Amino acid sequence: MQGLKKSILVSLWFMFLTFPLMVIRIDSLNGTIDWRWENMLGMGVGTFVLSFVWRFMLARKEAGRAAAAGGALSARGAWFERLRSDPKAAVPALAVLLAAFLVLPWVVSTYQTNIMISALLYVMLGLGLNIVVGLSGQLVLGYVAFYAVGAYSYAILNSNFGLGFWSVLPIGGAMAALFGILLGFPVLRLRGDYLAIVTLGFGEIIRLVLENWSSFSQGPSGIANIDRPGLFGMQLSVSDATTYIYYLILAAVIVTILAVTRLKNSRIGRAWQALREDEIACQAMGIDITTTKLTAFALGACWAGFAGVIFAAKTTFINPASFTFLESAMVLAMVVLGGMGSVIGVSVGALVLILLPEYLRAFSEYRMLIFGATMVLMMVFRPQGLVSPGRTKYNVTDAEGAGADAARPAAGGNA
Amino acid sequence: MDWQYFWELFFGGLTRGSIYALIALGYTMVYGIIELINFAHGEVYMLGAFTALIVAGALGIYGFPAVAILIIAAAVAVIYCAAYGVTLEKIAYKPLRDAPRLSPLISAIGMSIFLQNYVILAQTSDFMPFPNLVPQPEFLEPIAHIMGASEVLIIVTSAVSMAALTLFIKYTRMGKAMRATAQNRKMAMLLGIDADKVISLTFVIGSSLAAVGGVLIASHVGQVNFAIGFIAGIKAFTAAVLGGIGSIPGAMLGGLVLGWCESFATGYISSDYEDALAFALLVLILIFRPSGILGKAKTQKV
Repeated sequence: MQGLKKSILVSLWFMFLTFPLMVIRIDSLNGTIDWRWENMLGMGVGTFVLSFVWRFMLARKEAGRAAAAGGALSARGAWFERLRSDPKAAVPALAVLLAAFLVLPWVVSTYQTNIMISALLYVMLGLGLNIVVGLSGQLVLGYVAFYAVGAYSYAILNSNFGLGFWSVLPIGGAMAALFGILLGFPVLRLRGDYLAIVTLGFGEIIRLVLENWSSFSQGPSGIANIDRPGLFGMQLSVSDATTYIYYLILAAVIVTILAVTRLKNSRIGRAWQALREDEIACQAMGIDITTTKLTAFALGACWAGFAGVIFAAKTTFINPASFTFLESAMVLAMVVLGGMGSVIGVSVGALVLILLPEYLRAFSEYRMLIFGATMVLMMVFRPQGLVSPGRTKYNVTDAEGAGADAARPAAGGNA
Repeated sequence: MDWQYFWELFFGGLTRGSIYALIALGYTMVYGIIELINFAHGEVYMLGAFTALIVAGALGIYGFPAVAILIIAAAVAVIYCAAYGVTLEKIAYKPLRDAPRLSPLISAIGMSIFLQNYVILAQTSDFMPFPNLVPQPEFLEPIAHIMGASEVLIIVTSAVSMAALTLFIKYTRMGKAMRATAQNRKMAMLLGIDADKVISLTFVIGSSLAAVGGVLIASHVGQVNFAIGFIAGIKAFTAAVLGGIGSIPGAMLGGLVLGWCESFATGYISSDYEDALAFALLVLILIFRPSGILGKAKTQKV
């Protein structure tokens, strides 16, 4: 009963709140007003139902928190845990997945392959941003700047000096890494929200420079006729070239996944995670904050640079409009949705966010609306993302009763 | 030196700066109380301009006089923005009050994207012409060559709103509660201050000021679209940081300084990098003097 009353109030409130924007539409040419009352009705019913869902989810989150505090493990997601930790299950699953990705361009049309290429590009971007945001906890909102640096490196070097894709790929990555360090140095002292805003500003400055410095980047009209990547000097038809780029990006994604997984469990990866958890404690443990942060920036940026070079080679045309803040926010949404710090999570997040709107054409205009809502709802209800990052655990078996006291802190510390 | 040009730029900067200051106040007040950059604040400003546009359009069809339209549209925009601000806080920030600091920021970015697309879907993604509602009275004729009536209105309204806010914070009971909460939320709660109420009030005030700014600038510039909030938001945030985030006089000063910087730089140097200037200024301040002009440097406590 209490809930019903609350929901009615919420529904009335939202009907009031959305009234001018949702109901009234001015037709200034004919001087008439179009009253769209049906929107108001929809809003009222929608928010009425949603408010129940909202409260239910909040209650469930509270219950989940209480259960976690009590030490109970949820059964949900256990099969997934098994798939991830048990090599007997994981290896065949990965093999099937890889095979599916390998045969994909031969089963689907060139158009579908193209969509898959952009989805994989975003996987790469997401994994790169994951190093900076997910692993080392530095919220960077101008990530697309490094993507732009990579793309423009290839475009400019290719159109002015005729350099090929393969020679520019490392240059693009290095250029982006250099920009990462350039950005990293001055912001070393900043953290959290300030860092986020400065990086956002940095991203916008790069875009504005590309837009205004016409003699360098040809301004808003962009650079066209960029060469596709070559395959031992062969001339490929458009559909063959698409397939080729598909395999290229697939290989790049696999390399990225391997590299990020290895990095995550390396010395520097552990340092990043320590930095994410607590900067001061991390410093107190003798970790050099400067190098740790700068490597995170450089490596994260480097991946965006690679992705940028591939992007320029794929579209053969780039302009500054491809590198807006919205793009950064979208990559961030993927990382957040997938689960910050989790390699599988971010890959799944990127694929879901790019492919779902493509195949749900009816919803395509709601795409960005859903993006935004997802980011808010994820933060409120499941801040760890779809896949919470697995932690390395040490199980200390209690062989002798006497060892119990010594074992407990070790096990607790990694829980 | 061409003084007429100088004064034009000076008052142009003052006009811009007043708007930045109005929006910056919303950032700085929210930051002062819950230490959160309300990323969606620029969107609230945009919603204010849009609501005013719709109300003005509807009233215009019914044949209201321009001055009445301006006043009613502004009042409706203020009420709606306050409502949006409070709702925003309840949905996107309140559940995250004890979460790690990145969570509310990401949720704020999500909210900002959501609100922009809400406007696109509910109305349009095109630029909409905003009627010029400010009459040109005769007593302003002597200065008409430097600044128009809408500029005078912007400067006067901003000055009055800011003065009212200062008095409110300084002399009322609620203002005192706000200052206490900004200083130390836990302690304020122990002393019987309803922190939730204070936070809601902060959003109400900040959003109302943004609405005032939105209506004024829309009427001055003559057009609005869904994206105006992003750039205005970033610039206002720059102003807030420039003055020292969390400090109310700082936000006002920062807004004016930024307005003048932009106006003179575009007037005397080049207008190509107008937007980049604000970003560059922001980056430089955060690096060299993160506490801003009037802010106090905080020591890191462990």
